[in-house]
Amino acid sequence: MSFLSSYIYYIGAFGLIIIGLLVILLKRNLIKVIIGINLLDTGVNLFLISTGYLKGGTAPIFSPGYGAVPSAMVDPVPQGLVLTAIVIGASVLALALSLGIKVYDHYGTLDLDKVRGQRW
Amino acid sequence: MKELLSLRGLIALFLLVVIGVGIFSAVGKIPFGQPDSEVGSAYLEDGRQETGAANTVTSVVVGYRALDTLGEVAVLFIAATGLSTILATSKKRIDRKLEDASLVLKTGCRVFFPMILLFGAYLFIHGHLTPGGGFQGGAVIGSAFLLTYLGCSGRRVSRTASRSLESLSGFGFVFLGLIGLMVGESYFLSNFLPKGELYSLLSAGIFPLIYILIGLKVGAEFAGVIDSMIEESR
Repeated sequence: MSFLSSYIYYIGAFGLIIIGLLVILLKRNLIKVIIGINLLDTGVNLFLISTGYLKGGTAPIFSPGYGAVPSAMVDPVPQGLVLTAIVIGASVLALALSLGIKVYDHYGTLDLDKVRGQRW
Repeated sequence: MKELLSLRGLIALFLLVVIGVGIFSAVGKIPFGQPDSEVGSAYLEDGRQETGAANTVTSVVVGYRALDTLGEVAVLFIAATGLSTILATSKKRIDRKLEDASLVLKTGCRVFFPMILLFGAYLFIHGHLTPGGGFQGGAVIGSAFLLTYLGCSGRRVSRTASRSLESLSGFGFVFLGLIGLMVGESYFLSNFLPKGELYSLLSAGIFPLIYILIGLKVGAEFAGVIDSMIEESR
């Protein structure tokens, strides 16, 4: 139980990363591969956030009349990283989807086995 | 599940087990729930006095690590440009029959579009005081344009307007950084404006300006991306 409560975020984050990698490696449909990339991205973001987590900590934002001390706040650096990484992830997803549209236009299929040069 | 039993699946599973064991042996040593980063606690202790921003995440994103944010904005720009370049090369046009949106979506798009824009603007203008910031506000503004494209299918974002807004705000970001190089503490993106009173809207020097520029840029980029993708599906 203590193992679960002390590692639950890491287990969730790396579970997402491994599921994402599995989807990227195994699925043959391009849309599913893109979903796998997005899962991987989400897992990495969750892991970064959880490294800065403080048990019982508050958001790193000061407010007037609310006496939060800096030592009771979560680490702001991973939050700043993830803040931008989410938007980057969304735009990379859009770029990948546009490449998927082009692949479908050119080959008439999204199956990676039927797309020439994409078999492994 | 049938993919797992092929040779490919077994190789992939083996690789993932190796990766998982490797990751766990490294990450398992980091204690969870007790961050021990000196950088983070230094930002929390001194961030308010040094930058004047109540939101420490904002002071990290556009203050201490502003150069990284400029890099991320550049990545976003390249992704949006790449997307419109890839989609602009299509030659054949497939004529699809479009159905009109339902009455609920049409009315909702008219009613909610200005409100969503206002909320996005609130998010990036108050980014140094409350949870929020340029990236989130920009994404909210992009979602407002997505609603317009779904509901009011006749309306379009002018390509020139979104491009010029995006370029001007990106240029403004770099320009603010260059002014900081000339006056004040003489480093790129230094906070040369007065810090103001803590917790008031006009505080934290150039942070609100940078977040407004980032918000406009991200919003214009997302609107352009949505425009390109909807245009492709027509």
